[in-house]
Amino acid sequence: MTAITAPVATHPNSPRWQQAWQNMRRSTSGMIGLAVLLLHLVAAAIGQWLAPHDWTLQNGYIMFQTPSTEYWFGTDNLGRDLFSRTLIGGKEAITITLLGTLLAMVWGSLAGITLGFIGGKTDEWLMRFVDALLAIPWLLFLLLIIALVGQSGLTLVLTLGFFYGIAVIRVVRGATLEYVPKDFVLAAKTRGESKFTIVTKELLPNVLDALLVEAAMRWAWMLLAFSSLSFLGFGVVPPTPDWGLMIADNRGMISIAPWAVLFPALALSSLIISINLTADAFAKAIGLDRAKAPV
Amino acid sequence: MHNSILHVQDFSLGYRNRAGDLVSVLRHINLEIRQGESIGLVGESGCGKSTLALAMMAFLRGGSEVISGQIDFHGGNLFTLSSAKLASLRGGKVGLIPQNAGQSLTPTMKIEAQLTEALRLHSNVPSKQWRQRAIELLQQVRLPAPEAMLARYPHQLSGGQQQRVAIAMALAGNPELLVLDEPTTGLDVTTQAHILELLRSLRLEMGMTMVFVSHDLGAVARISDRIAVMYAGEIIELGRCADVLRTPAHPYTQSLLRAIPRLDAKGLPPSLAGYPPKVGSVTQGCAFAARCQHATGQCQQDAQLLPHKEQWVRCHHVGQLPASNTVVSHLVPPTKQNADTLLDIRELQISYHKPGFFEQLRNRPAPVATVDDIDLTLKQGQTLALVGESGSGKSTIMKAISGIQTPSQGQIQLQQADLNQPVEKRDRQLKRKVQMIFQNPDASLNPRHTVLEILQQPLRLYFGLNNTECRQRAAELLQLVRLAPHYLDRMPGQLSGGEKQRVAIARCFAGDPELVLCDEVTSALDVSVQAAVLKLLKELQQEKGVTYLFIAHDLAVVKALADEVAVLYQGRLCQVGSVEAVFGGYQHPYTCALLNAVLQPDPDHAPQLCGDDTAEQHPPAQGCAYQRRCTLAEPRCRQATPPWQQVGGNRIRCHLSLDELSSRNGMPMLIDAANF
Repeated sequence: MTAITAPVATHPNSPRWQQAWQNMRRSTSGMIGLAVLLLHLVAAAIGQWLAPHDWTLQNGYIMFQTPSTEYWFGTDNLGRDLFSRTLIGGKEAITITLLGTLLAMVWGSLAGITLGFIGGKTDEWLMRFVDALLAIPWLLFLLLIIALVGQSGLTLVLTLGFFYGIAVIRVVRGATLEYVPKDFVLAAKTRGESKFTIVTKELLPNVLDALLVEAAMRWAWMLLAFSSLSFLGFGVVPPTPDWGLMIADNRGMISIAPWAVLFPALALSSLIISINLTADAFAKAIGLDRAKAPV
Repeated sequence: MHNSILHVQDFSLGYRNRAGDLVSVLRHINLEIRQGESIGLVGESGCGKSTLALAMMAFLRGGSEVISGQIDFHGGNLFTLSSAKLASLRGGKVGLIPQNAGQSLTPTMKIEAQLTEALRLHSNVPSKQWRQRAIELLQQVRLPAPEAMLARYPHQLSGGQQQRVAIAMALAGNPELLVLDEPTTGLDVTTQAHILELLRSLRLEMGMTMVFVSHDLGAVARISDRIAVMYAGEIIELGRCADVLRTPAHPYTQSLLRAIPRLDAKGLPPSLAGYPPKVGSVTQGCAFAARCQHATGQCQQDAQLLPHKEQWVRCHHVGQLPASNTVVSHLVPPTKQNADTLLDIRELQISYHKPGFFEQLRNRPAPVATVDDIDLTLKQGQTLALVGESGSGKSTIMKAISGIQTPSQGQIQLQQADLNQPVEKRDRQLKRKVQMIFQNPDASLNPRHTVLEILQQPLRLYFGLNNTECRQRAAELLQLVRLAPHYLDRMPGQLSGGEKQRVAIARCFAGDPELVLCDEVTSALDVSVQAAVLKLLKELQQEKGVTYLFIAHDLAVVKALADEVAVLYQGRLCQVGSVEAVFGGYQHPYTCALLNAVLQPDPDHAPQLCGDDTAEQHPPAQGCAYQRRCTLAEPRCRQATPPWQQVGGNRIRCHLSLDELSSRNGMPMLIDAANF
């Protein structure tokens, strides 16, 4: 979410962002998405103080309790309170994927704009290299890296950020190509501005729209990827609660205690859907045609 | 001949904006178009002329609605027709020739397919004769080798040829009424003259009724019987072409005609104050009142379109205005004489060709350079104009000077500094001294920057100013281009075309330049704004002593602003000399062809066409660059590069002797300015 709100701060009185907000408010699905998204963010931020039970406390006597007034979402295979665990289960995922998205956007967009701006042979060769990187099955590659380096938050942020940045390069380069032949870029060149200034001051503000929408979509994808890793046991280290891990732990008992899988899965999908809804509404609000956006 | 074919009655059109308010685009238009006549709709951008013309085909832009009135075609209201009937009407009885033919032709279809499609939909020609008829149509629009033309794709044709194909397509349905929406805008002077002559002769042959939409009074003067002048969605003056152009009655028409630079007048034309109003911003009273020097309190009320002498005029003060045929005082600024040389170009050659690896191996000769053998000097504080058709290398030379394109041979020097090096290698002082203003301010200003941010960039780059200094200096720069400081926080999208170009000029002067490269700086602007921008440029030159290198396709603008003129054809110089010499003395055949093709807002002025307007792809490998189109070409022109001949400061590159040039070419037609 910070990726979306940050530019508003840099243009405090810009009517463009005000206009975008006005447009966005008209979209019902967008507002629902935004509300759910904010709820998730709040839960991740202050969930540990709201949780009614200790989320690591195991109790063999109350394994697989059905949802009740005491345990709203029931309990899991080790008798832990599922509501508390679901409440906090997104914290790790959201933090790591947000950082990962930020990294992916920064390096992906800079590389994309620069390649689009430079053009020529360098662009040609590096894009083929990017294509080659995109052909790597990233999940397997991630598993390999984690197996080699070890399981830590930093490793996950760096690897996820790197791999998702590659896809961003393509999108941002495509968006940049539209602006490179424009006269204001030529004007900056004849003025003698450095390449860095042209990329950051002239081109970046113009591809920012595409970039923000792309960031939201990448974030949703990365959340799924992170949960997949957790599901496979490579994400969060137990006993820290995490949705992917919770689904993995309880999936064997799905016929006896479906709630133990259902609630974390619901939490994960509602977060991803809310991101998608918000991104869609935002794209429409700033007049970005998703159909035309290069993906 | 006097029965009406199309009748616009009290027609008002508008659209609803975001807030749900009705914004009126056209207000109470009354216009009767008679069978066989040609009517010109004239006005500046946003005045509703195209909207009206399209409404004559019952075509409304998305979201707009008819507020009042109707448009009758042969007595039947167009807006009550069924969509099937409309579809057969459009392209059938009513043909449209759009502004940009290159974009209106389907790029993936051959010309034959496009023409047969038009014939299939809108004519009764049996399918066996389609090809035959297509060839006839292409002959009718005077396209050479029509059979070969059928097999081509639109991108293989030049702009003029594309426009001819678009005309042929409109003719396929044997239209009674032809709507032409700026058909010659964006074409070269010579091509424009040819297309207009074609349209004139087609009208005589086929007796078509024409609605000709243009912002160019010169083009309208050539083709219309009657002129309707539009301003802010209203017809403000309507009358016979000669009457409106000779004795304009509305203050707007008067000042518009005065603001047009002319070949036969000296110096800069007087400009109109202010800018045209935004669409729908005027709801009550005379729309022109804000810019009118005769405005009184009465002008706050709506004026009626009333007869006055020969024409109809919408003005409260018509007839009471001071006689408008007083001599117009053109601004003739003094130019600096005997100044030092600032820019020196020697034997400049530029080629876009980059030999590939295999070509280098085979040692193939490089193709003829795009720009070759350019020798030019430019004195401090003066203005040199580069003149020529599109593709003549004007912009390429400018790119070389600004350091975007490295010349393959030759020398460019700014006083002692070497301008051959690309812009990245120049030092900061040198970068600062050479600045550029672009043709279209919409494209040259970053749409995501405020005016302050736009002006900040050169200030930071060249002088390293901090935020408060930048804001202070930016406000001064805005003052320099006559804009108030509150513009600093606006975005380019909130400015009008003229204001944007002023911001672009301010940005250029932020670096305190010595040489300013102006690339068609006024061609994207309205006539009434153009004069003001030209005046600003001239004043800045006097104030700051800058030197201009100026590209313009409008020769009248060149005459108004420049001290020296260089005529280019296919990247080679044809003639270089002072404005007086080039426009009034001995002339190269190409200079003569260019000047004769110029249109004037004068009903009696007829352009003279020399040769054809076929564009060339490559300059010839040897001999004179202009050999293929020159009507005076001799065998020696194909073999040897002509020598320079010099009379005073006037250099002409031609094999013919000066006497022959003057006798064969004749002097350019100089017609007295219309007295108004």
